[in-house]
Amino acid sequence: MNGDEACCEGALAVGCRFFAGYPITPATEVAEAMSRRLPQLGGIYIQMEDEIASMAAILGASWGGVKSMTSTSGPGFSLMMENIGLGICTETPCVVCNVQRAGPSTGLPTAAGQGDMMQARWGSHGHYEIIALSPSSPQEMFDMTIRAFNLSEYYRLPVLVMADEVVGHMNERVIIPREEDIEIINRRKPTVSREDYLPYEADADGIAPMANCGDGYRIHVTGLTHDERGYPAMNAKAHEQMVTRLVGKIRNNRDKIISTKNFYLDDAEVVVVSYGISARSSMKAVRDARNEGIKAGLIKLETVWPFPEELIRSLAPQVKALIMVEINGGQMVLELERSARGACPVSLVGNYGGAILHPNLILGAISKAVKGKT
Amino acid sequence: MTTSKPVKNVPPHPMDSLLRTERIPHIWCPGCGIGTVFSAVIAAIKNTGWDPNSIAMVSGIGCTGRMAGYIKLDSFHTTHGRALPFATGLKLARPQTKVIVVSGDGDLFAIGGNHFIHAARRNMDLTVICVNNLNYGMTGGQQAPSTPLGAKTTTSVSGSPEEPFNFSYLASACGATYVARWTAMQVRSLRSSISEALEKRGFSFVEVITPCPSSFGRRNRMGSALEMLKFYHGRSVIRGDIDPKDASMDIDKEIVVGKFVDIERSTFLDHYEKFNRPQMPQWRSMHPDNQKGR
Repeated sequence: MNGDEACCEGALAVGCRFFAGYPITPATEVAEAMSRRLPQLGGIYIQMEDEIASMAAILGASWGGVKSMTSTSGPGFSLMMENIGLGICTETPCVVCNVQRAGPSTGLPTAAGQGDMMQARWGSHGHYEIIALSPSSPQEMFDMTIRAFNLSEYYRLPVLVMADEVVGHMNERVIIPREEDIEIINRRKPTVSREDYLPYEADADGIAPMANCGDGYRIHVTGLTHDERGYPAMNAKAHEQMVTRLVGKIRNNRDKIISTKNFYLDDAEVVVVSYGISARSSMKAVRDARNEGIKAGLIKLETVWPFPEELIRSLAPQVKALIMVEINGGQMVLELERSARGACPVSLVGNYGGAILHPNLILGAISKAVKGKT
Repeated sequence: MTTSKPVKNVPPHPMDSLLRTERIPHIWCPGCGIGTVFSAVIAAIKNTGWDPNSIAMVSGIGCTGRMAGYIKLDSFHTTHGRALPFATGLKLARPQTKVIVVSGDGDLFAIGGNHFIHAARRNMDLTVICVNNLNYGMTGGQQAPSTPLGAKTTTSVSGSPEEPFNFSYLASACGATYVARWTAMQVRSLRSSISEALEKRGFSFVEVITPCPSSFGRRNRMGSALEMLKFYHGRSVIRGDIDPKDASMDIDKEIVVGKFVDIERSTFLDHYEKFNRPQMPQWRSMHPDNQKGR
């Protein structure tokens, strides 16, 4: 199956039963698959009037107690930013899959891009933390969509699956595990009475148990700054408290959230860092480099946000160079550079989108870097 | 607004059971018509006799949007214009819950206009109460899609150059199953219309022409809140059996009020279930509580 269909199957396997979306290349196949599959499982597919509405609808469905998701690409992702912010502020579990194409604007609808990485991090206004995963294959579309739901249910926020056109459209074998082998995390529910329940009072891990609509708790949910009762609190102190918790629940659990796959790092002199389809070009380049006797390594980011800052900080002094490979003009490379703290040279292999990066291009950069040239 | 102290020795109000009393006093200006609509909504809800845990209120942004913060139901104060798509998701996830959307004219018909026409077209089973105060109140009185041609607002100091929508006509044209309009003075009719709208299956819509004395009234020299109420009431003509396109909404001439639409039409879920029934063995079991293991 292709990556978009694998995304759909992963979502269904983890219990997603509501999808609201709007057609957009190259993410349309996720919606098409959902529209076929959800009725078979008693779920709802609804095609909304735009991506603003799609995002709003999945938040509503999530508060109705149903795991929900949407999928889109660049232009639609831009429209979703408003209600992604609402999801962050109201701590609403849901998943957004962005099958990236080349931008800006309408750009190249049918060609790959990875230009939405900073938008994923900072696209909605105000300060917040986000979780974003980046699959490199249809199998990972399946697996990471499951993980995205589990993270969203546990940490209570919209989780982004940042795929790309190539991964979305490529056909590969996807192994679907047995039902009992799939880990499913559901949102924590309150155990106290209605009188004692404070909807935004967090447990020790920073996460507040969530009452759904209809559970009898008669909750109030608002995008305004709110106190632990969920009531608007229009002052700087309340705002500081709320955002500190929203940010803290992700930052303080970084080691549980961040996931990378590391290859040949033990003796590596040059380390390539990449994600999504670019990580596969990078893998080929690193293996070619090894065949040429160059001690190259690869960090494949499974979670792109939060960024594995600590890993890079400890690695940078031990290597000759770090290279970010991504289909944009340099986005995650900024994060790599920041995390390396000047301990080694950091460079970019990228393009502005439209085509994936050829392994030879990356191999060339590795060869140069090992000789001390960047 | 969260620093309000409880007032002592006040006997309980009959509507207290549906109010977040700890959040009173509210933020609405003296003379604002929203309170009248709010109490009509609460009275109508009580009148249904439904379990309050099976009713939810969804609102967007603006003065009317704050209703959701004062009602003691599951209540959602969402983003500007997006109450309807949020409510759509909520309703489809929990068809057993009655979902009420409260929204102002700008929220519902400017920034949320596209959502409105599509929610009505789909015949989502929602009750929508529109408080039409002819301007954007929360931001200090700017022109809205309801502002009468020539009316003064902070963004049309010489008179609004735009012609307004006729919301009730628009709602009926988009497929609403129930459409009524009243002024805030006609409380009994309003209350009974909201009751009917709540009981109606499908997309029901009630528009209320309300005074905004602080902004719209002041800039257009309409006098006190009471004078505004009386003015709108004086302009109103009850014509229930009228074609919605003739239900004129013109504060200088005639505000036609009454119930304009009351029809039966299959909802989105009716159609969805019908078309997908053969492959929906687990219909209505999408809630995680009902799913074995997942």
